[in-house]
Amino acid sequence: MSPDEPHLPADSTSRPAESTATDGQRRLEFSAAGLRAGFVTCVPVALGVGAYGIVFGVLAREAGLSVPTAVAMSATVLAGAAQLIAVGLWDWPIPVVAVVGTTLVVNLRYLLMGASLRPWFSRLSSQQAYTSLFFMADENWALTVEDLRSGSGRGAFLLGSGLAIWVFWVAATALGAVAGGVLGDPAAYGLNFVLTAIFLALLVGFWEGRGTLLPWAVAALVAVGVHTALPGRWYILAGGVAASVAEVMRGVR
Amino acid sequence: MFADVSVTALAVVLGMSAVTYATKAGGFWVLDRVEPSESVREALDALPGGIIVAILAVRLLEGGPPEWVAGLAVVAVAHRTDNVLLAMVAGVGVLLAVRGGTGVLG
Repeated sequence: MSPDEPHLPADSTSRPAESTATDGQRRLEFSAAGLRAGFVTCVPVALGVGAYGIVFGVLAREAGLSVPTAVAMSATVLAGAAQLIAVGLWDWPIPVVAVVGTTLVVNLRYLLMGASLRPWFSRLSSQQAYTSLFFMADENWALTVEDLRSGSGRGAFLLGSGLAIWVFWVAATALGAVAGGVLGDPAAYGLNFVLTAIFLALLVGFWEGRGTLLPWAVAALVAVGVHTALPGRWYILAGGVAASVAEVMRGVR
Repeated sequence: MFADVSVTALAVVLGMSAVTYATKAGGFWVLDRVEPSESVREALDALPGGIIVAILAVRLLEGGPPEWVAGLAVVAVAHRTDNVLLAMVAGVGVLLAVRGGTGVLG
């Protein structure tokens, strides 16, 4: 779930269609064997996701989410970065628009990831495709594209690998949330810095070379400016949109 | 312990899962019909990084020098190891050390 390798290939939606449509065309099965292969392949990755889930559970608890709420979030949202950001925004009363709005914007990248599965998934039944897509996270999406491009014909690979991630992510969240309730003063462990640290580490993974500097500098400036000028959390969306605009302008130039 | 399960919190979680599923399934559904332009692709791709930068800019500004030093440690470890958890542990360790670490570091 941690977008450690979040880089979408620039042409992620078009490449598989062109390069492997022919060998992928041979056959695509939605079978128990494919499901199992996806699950087993993903277990080592899911273990890492689990470690991360424990941290998420602890942070969720510190932010004031109950154990059931934290577990429900992991079970139904299944998107690491968005969940961490939501927990960072969590307050009482809950800033509903900020939490749901930021979740949506952070996850817009899934549009491209889902679209990249089109060459194979358009040959599954609607029910198979749309059930599988619920279980799509950064890690198993990457594994699935790799598997399908190799011509395995395993249509259930995304579902199988996604189930592996789901099981570890949800269980780890529960574990972390319960443990988090037992910890004392968060400041004593530096827990108030943990979220900042995770975001910084994730950001390193988003770095794509010097070209990334401009959109990020613009995002930081706009965020700090909006934060001083406006109450609430508009600075987050403003910063994200500013980065998008800067990125597109940079490409145009 | 279940007293703090609020209906509002669960409703917010449901809202989060609805918009998230909309993005996961929507990409397959919509982009099956419309080919996204290069600009749209770039804009979508730049969003998560930009949002994280925005959050960090404000958090770090309010955090002060100890967090800046710890933040540098996080970036250094993440860059070298590609491991988010290890970088997090290193950063927290440095922060506690800088603060004069009572408790965990002794």
